[in-house]
Amino acid sequence: MTELLEVANVYRTFRGGGLLGRRVIRAVDDVSFSIDAGRPEIFTIIGESGSGKTTLSRMILAMVRPTAGTIRFKGNDVAAIAGRRDRLAFMQCVQPIFQNPFEAFNPLKRLDRYLFVTAERFAGAGNRNAAETQADRALHQVGLSLTEVRRRYPHELSGGQLQRIAIARALISSPMLIVADEPVSMVDASLRMSIVTLFRTLRDTLGVSIIYITHDLATAYTISDRIIIMRHGSVVESGDARAVLDAPKHPYSILLKSAILSPDLGNPPCAQSP
Amino acid sequence: MTDTSVLNVRDLRAHYVLSAFGINRSVSAVDTVSFSIGRNEIYGLAGESSSGKTTLIRTIAGAIRPPLRILSGTIEFDFAGKRIAMQAATQNDLAAIRWKHLSYVMQGSMSVLNPVRRVRHSFVDFAHRHIGGTIPDFLNTVRAHIERLDLAPRVLNSYPHELSGGMRQRVAIALATICRPDFIIADEPTTALDVVVQKSVLAMIRSVQREIGSSMLFVTHDLSVHANLTDRLGIMYAGRIVEEAPTAELFRNPLHPYTRHLVASLPRIGVVPPVTTDLAGRPPSLADPPSGCRFHPRCPLAMPICADQPPSLRTVANGHRVACFAVGGAA
Amino acid sequence: MHRTILDLLRTNHAFTAGVVLLAIVIVIALLSFVSPYPPNDAYVVPPDVPPCWAYPLGTNSRGQDVFWQLSVGIRNTLAFGITVAAISRCLALAIGMTAGYAGGMIDRVLMSVNDTFIVIPLFPILVLFYFVMRDRMSWALLALVMACLGWAYDARLIRSVALSLRTREFTETAIFSGMTMPQVLLREHLPFVLPIVFSTTMNNINWSIGMEVTLSVLGFTDINTPTIGVMLYWANQHTAMVAGIWWWIAAPVALVVITFLGLFLLAVSMNEFIDPRSRLNRVRG
Repeated sequence: MTELLEVANVYRTFRGGGLLGRRVIRAVDDVSFSIDAGRPEIFTIIGESGSGKTTLSRMILAMVRPTAGTIRFKGNDVAAIAGRRDRLAFMQCVQPIFQNPFEAFNPLKRLDRYLFVTAERFAGAGNRNAAETQADRALHQVGLSLTEVRRRYPHELSGGQLQRIAIARALISSPMLIVADEPVSMVDASLRMSIVTLFRTLRDTLGVSIIYITHDLATAYTISDRIIIMRHGSVVESGDARAVLDAPKHPYSILLKSAILSPDLGNPPCAQSP
Repeated sequence: MTDTSVLNVRDLRAHYVLSAFGINRSVSAVDTVSFSIGRNEIYGLAGESSSGKTTLIRTIAGAIRPPLRILSGTIEFDFAGKRIAMQAATQNDLAAIRWKHLSYVMQGSMSVLNPVRRVRHSFVDFAHRHIGGTIPDFLNTVRAHIERLDLAPRVLNSYPHELSGGMRQRVAIALATICRPDFIIADEPTTALDVVVQKSVLAMIRSVQREIGSSMLFVTHDLSVHANLTDRLGIMYAGRIVEEAPTAELFRNPLHPYTRHLVASLPRIGVVPPVTTDLAGRPPSLADPPSGCRFHPRCPLAMPICADQPPSLRTVANGHRVACFAVGGAA
Repeated sequence: MHRTILDLLRTNHAFTAGVVLLAIVIVIALLSFVSPYPPNDAYVVPPDVPPCWAYPLGTNSRGQDVFWQLSVGIRNTLAFGITVAAISRCLALAIGMTAGYAGGMIDRVLMSVNDTFIVIPLFPILVLFYFVMRDRMSWALLALVMACLGWAYDARLIRSVALSLRTREFTETAIFSGMTMPQVLLREHLPFVLPIVFSTTMNNINWSIGMEVTLSVLGFTDINTPTIGVMLYWANQHTAMVAGIWWWIAAPVALVVITFLGLFLLAVSMNEFIDPRSRLNRVRG
């Protein structure tokens, strides 16, 4: 059992249309890949809207069941998770990061509460002090500290900071896999790169594998190890990240790459900031 | 420069004043902003969220309602001899210029297109009174305009929800340009679109602007978009413009420390950067901004004078202005 | 919190009016505790005296001071209305939030029950209840029955809020933080639902008071406990209108109208306060 995550011929269809016409929408159409347990990596899923990448991520997180095919985490079928104890055990190892940092937390409640609850539930913190220590440690890993976050509401912080806090919360349980669905698309452009490179640091220092879902090829290039490109629910190209992005073969991949707007207008990139 | 400029903003200061339910707060969203946009020019405005760019657009478009107030400064449009001062414009003045001389393309195109009526009705609602003629003649004009922009005429008979997001945005651009306005305000028009669609919509914007010759104020936080579309670019931070230059020059030679950080943190295919160091801190709250230069708490070049006085926007090279004591010289 | 209320009092005239009206009603209700006459005693004062200095609201044909009767009556009516509203809020919350969150079969079963209760004609059921219970009828029982009939409408409202909350991302963050369903409902969703509950409470109190008055006027409740409706019942029994004892009818009607108005104004002004958009419209620049 050397595989952390195994996605085998997974389909997900939705039925649409009314009484007089049944349409079948194939959100995910025969997708297969796997992630090794021994070697942490950043596995990127590239797709535009309607490509099925969000549905796929929700299936991996056991929020939605596949219509056909299996998803196995550490050898166990994810769709067979039932009961509180199994679910908690699963969530200990797999944590999500969502797209909208402003929606990821309840706007009426304080942020630190989520960190403490996660610590109590998943990190074995027995009392409030232990929970605070755990939360502080996780926050330090993302470049923040508990003093900055304590007793704060979401509207008091920026999108970049909120997303960091979401990452910290996901790290508290020491997961093996983090599923990040478009984590930086709603963060300001100038803050994106630092969060994206944070993923790289997490992989190297903590040994966490990360499934990074995005439509942005440029950030994917920076940190990915392996990559698959999805379109209308199926995989059109996959392989080593640099190889695929430097020289894409499938027409859709080539189209994606050509659509990237480069800030280099034929001029040499400017010098780094002082 | 002012003779050929279509928009002239001078020393504009706009605040939100909130006084309700026991809370008094004044948010200084736009602070002493001055710039001008010439004919047939695409001017880009870049900035993060809470940089004040949305407020700036609102004041320029004449959408000034409490709690937003203009404290001082002028916003002057010059539509081929017809001048109008936005800060003092009445509803009648605004109605006269809206769509005919000044139109907009917003991020959510659904807010422009009526979701329960077909697209052609939206065209009639917005533009018929300016172009005149009978409805069938008007619709022929619309059809010709749509075809020139490479859109299928059948979109006129569709409902907005039947079209994809990119299609809707293209229709919104066609709608905004049908009267051949002198000035178009575009607020993040491509931000919510997929990459492939974004490229074609930007191409459409560029070609229609070239054809009509209107000026455009294009606002987005995405610098790559600016690099590929705009002629001149202004960078906003915490309610002020900190640097402004022709686009190519700005990317080639950014001077302000904030601009340098923005340009350096752009991801590029084919380039794997080292672990990026973030700027410390975060954009300030506009309700309680730092004294002097609003960037000084995060600036690697901060000097004692930066906390005392705000630097003014000075020209350092041809068309290149920057507001910084360290790189732009003394105030 | 203080400043908010004071500011509301200052700027929102509906709120001020509502508070003033309700204050009048509550003061009168509280005065019942210092009433010089036991509430059920009859013929303690000369009957049929019009309003004058000695008896500010006059006396009725049963020889009771109308003012003191009124104070006891409004106290009982208010207590009844508040009890019904409280119990039915709890029911509506529990059912609405569970149905909205759980979804699937639980939701469909609960909502089928809910819709049945909405459709039931309340008034005939309550009359039937009276005829079945007759002498064993008590206010507590009546309050319980009315509460069981009055939760359905608002449960649907709460369910729709709960439905939309379930799909929001912070619910999923809470789940992945390890919270159980009751914890999620209570700590994450309840703050969103409470403002709605508050405004429906005002409406519910109005509705239950209206029901109580209707039933009592017709004699379908325990007529030995003075309430607003019971006062009107006795006034009808003694043909007060024909006999010209108008103050016996005018006083309770006026006071219950004031109560309705006060509650309604409060509900409307609180709604405005809670909705952020209308809040912004009232801002003085």
